[in-house]
Amino acid sequence: MPTPTFLAELSDRLIYSAIAVYALAMLTYACQAARRSPAVAHDVRQMEHVAAGAHTGRNASSPPRTVVDRATTEGAATQRLERIAAALTMLAFVLHLAGVLTRGLAAGRAPWGNMYEFTAAATLAATAAYLAFLRRQPVRDLGVWILALVTLCLGLAVTVLYTPAGDLVPALNSYWLVIHVAAAIIAGGVFTVGAAATGLYLLRRRADARDTSGQATRGYAGRLPAGATLERVAHTAHLFAFPVWTFAVLAGAIWAEDSWGRYWGWDPKETWAFITWVLYAAYLHAQSTAGWRGRKAAWLALAGYAAFLFNFVGVNLFITGLHSYAGV
Amino acid sequence: MTERTGALARDAVTEAAASPPTGDALEDGAVTARLEEAARPGVMAMPSRPTGQGLLAWLRWAWRTLTSMRTAVLLLLALALAAVPGSLLPQRGVAFDPGAVTRFLADNPVLGPWLDRLGFFEVYSSSWFAAIYMLLMVSMTGCVLPRAARLWQSARAEPPRAPTNLARLDEHRRGNVTAEPAQVLEVAASHLRARRFRVVVDETSVRAEKGYLREVGNLVFHLSLLVLLFGVAIGSLFGFEGRVIVVEGASFTNTRLQYDEFTPGPLTDAESLTPFSFTLEDFTAEFEMSGPQRGSARDFQAEVTVLRTPGGVAEEDTIAVNHPLQVDGTKVFLTGHGYAPVVSVRDGRGQTVFTGPVVFVPFDGNLSSEGVIKVPDAQPTQLGFEGFFLPTASVDPAAGPRSLYPDLVDPQLLLTAYTGDLGLADGAPQSVFRLDKTDLTQVTSGDQPFARALVPGESMTLPDGQGTLTFESVSRFANFQIAHDPGKEIALAAAVALLLGLTVSLAVRRRRIWIRVTAAREGGASTIEAATYALTRRGPVPDELSSVLAAVPGAEPAATDASPHDRED
Ligand code: HEM
Repeated sequence: MPTPTFLAELSDRLIYSAIAVYALAMLTYACQAARRSPAVAHDVRQMEHVAAGAHTGRNASSPPRTVVDRATTEGAATQRLERIAAALTMLAFVLHLAGVLTRGLAAGRAPWGNMYEFTAAATLAATAAYLAFLRRQPVRDLGVWILALVTLCLGLAVTVLYTPAGDLVPALNSYWLVIHVAAAIIAGGVFTVGAAATGLYLLRRRADARDTSGQATRGYAGRLPAGATLERVAHTAHLFAFPVWTFAVLAGAIWAEDSWGRYWGWDPKETWAFITWVLYAAYLHAQSTAGWRGRKAAWLALAGYAAFLFNFVGVNLFITGLHSYAGV
Repeated sequence: MTERTGALARDAVTEAAASPPTGDALEDGAVTARLEEAARPGVMAMPSRPTGQGLLAWLRWAWRTLTSMRTAVLLLLALALAAVPGSLLPQRGVAFDPGAVTRFLADNPVLGPWLDRLGFFEVYSSSWFAAIYMLLMVSMTGCVLPRAARLWQSARAEPPRAPTNLARLDEHRRGNVTAEPAQVLEVAASHLRARRFRVVVDETSVRAEKGYLREVGNLVFHLSLLVLLFGVAIGSLFGFEGRVIVVEGASFTNTRLQYDEFTPGPLTDAESLTPFSFTLEDFTAEFEMSGPQRGSARDFQAEVTVLRTPGGVAEEDTIAVNHPLQVDGTKVFLTGHGYAPVVSVRDGRGQTVFTGPVVFVPFDGNLSSEGVIKVPDAQPTQLGFEGFFLPTASVDPAAGPRSLYPDLVDPQLLLTAYTGDLGLADGAPQSVFRLDKTDLTQVTSGDQPFARALVPGESMTLPDGQGTLTFESVSRFANFQIAHDPGKEIALAAAVALLLGLTVSLAVRRRRIWIRVTAAREGGASTIEAATYALTRRGPVPDELSSVLAAVPGAEPAATDASPHDRED
């Protein structure tokens, strides 16, 4: 059995390597996006409108056909770049996963006991969610953004938030920690995919609205999938993440009852978890409300994501409460 | 009802198809809105203004507005916004810093009182916060219950008739079949029945519907929110929360008077608390010895002897973080700990007038603690001491006395002394952690305040024979939080139901399938048409239609892949 020190060092190296490969993958995605020509993208968009169900904007039944059409209209080089980017992302993910696992082995517990570890695990979940979506949904255009976020957060984690592997303060030493935080991390990863899709949806929509001439929408937005497609991806992501987040909040309440004697005390961390939950509930309702669906609903989803991020960054750093992590 | 929905859907779809799919209109323009409103039960527009006259019409309009989805979205948004200030401003009754509101008021003499008047220091019990969630609950009930009634009706009614033009639905296939129409329909029907669709077969078509569970899940989820709120309300009306400090060797009996702090609900019966008691036999704490997190707490444990009923059998037990003691519905949590130096004091006459542990309150992570010792029985004058206890002492010239490590490596008690009147006689309540110095004089030696640092076993004698204090040894104390929440089980049950309902409502898709066979005219093959239509925002289940068609005898799948969208190209 390797020693904890060895494992901890190995974990650090793996995370550093993952950052490097993520950066490469991100650049490859960026090149790929830049090489696609708007005219081709326009054709693709039309077909995606069709595939996505032109009348209702929510028919999800025929993605394989879209993929085939794309393959024939896009240059071979662009396709190759896309495949390389996906492979690099996969490689980075494996390194990242190994880094998180060795960290857990080094500390002899679940690897999310402080902010450094939480960041590493949450970004891992974001990549995992992206890769999982990539298999069944047209999300490759989210790649560059999700990888940028992952690279940035991991970079901050190793420079600013880094804490050597160690034990936990007693309050965190509970199996509810494992459950509650794991659920929060998974939900966060999928919310990230949802937020990226929502952001691109808004970009695409704005570009479409400006473009009344009937010509191809130009620029970056013009090369994105159709608004309806992006909206559907976002909706799917949120539908999945919302119950997981609900579970995370409830598990947190059970943990709080166990360690502080009350299941809900409006501690800032609890409050922001609640705000996040309510905003996403508002988003899901808006999706079913005439006049709110589309742009307004999208902003609600982004507000939910902002609340989620604030809970992790802002509340930990600026507001004091009971949820303190050892060494930030 | 269901029948009508079907018909409306059909009309709306026809209209939608008539306008070309361009730009925005496609995604959320009026056409889509009308289509959705008519067809999907979940999508609702605002009710139109009352057409009739009179109070009743207005009331009906107001109720419909309150229970509309748009109001739900706005109320949810309002709830999220209303929760924000409570996390940024200090709140009364929040456990970790009871003095914060007072400090904030002192620092903000202009803004503070206004915020206070508007309830910003008790956001979560303020009337405006309550107004928002009560409205939300009313709106929700008014919205969800009628939906449940409709669900009940439609689950008992037959699946609606097929629209004339199946090609307009979400997914549509057409092909030829050589088998007998009746046989084809029967096979399709049994295929769907095996997949637990509700199926009706008539002469030319099969109609099927599945996924009622989604609505059930949705209903359970929303109603669980009401139950959850009920559980929370029971807890805060009938429960209580209290805090107490217990020194090693001392006991606590669960009566109101023994609490250092006790917060009952408005209807709590504080005179009949569960009559248990416990003695803190031993408290142990372990800390990280080295590394960057040196000094971080690793493990606390309170060894206690518990009497679960008065006069019952004494049981040994351990209370630890995340491991409370539970007696009936009352739970005892370990929330903190610190040191209580044991001192004895002899007064000017040489008599021992005080002996015992005194709680010093920690103020940093290394358990640097401060406290006071009051000796009201001393003669000729009363004595008071004030100072620090440091488990691992150092005196930093800049920061003053500070502990370097939370464990007892080099324990020291640093004290200054006062004589005079402690102010205890007038009966006004006084903090045990502070000296009221109005009638006290600081003891000096020369022109300096008299101050000494003692290690266990050492004594200090005040000038002029006013008395002697001996630092005998060090005990530990533990902070306990004791809580009783009779609504907890209700809230937990509601939470479980909520999660189940939510998961079901998001995972299940309610959808309809129609299969129609048009008999062959002169000797040719019959035509089979199949279509599916989702009643939820998510589309129909992929490949469900294909699997029905694959089961049908004599179908020619090659010719069947025709969705309405392809035909438009
Ligand atoms: C605390 C308040 C509420 C929460 C947390 C909440 C949450 C949710 C969630 C998560 C869904 C599932 C969304 C989906 O299927 O996409 C939902 C659906 C629904 N909610 Fe609420 N809700 C709340 C209040 C309300 C209110 C006030 C109303 C009515 C005015 C309402 C009516 C509905 C309806 C009709 C649906 C089904 C939507 C559909 O068919 O797509 N809810 N709610």
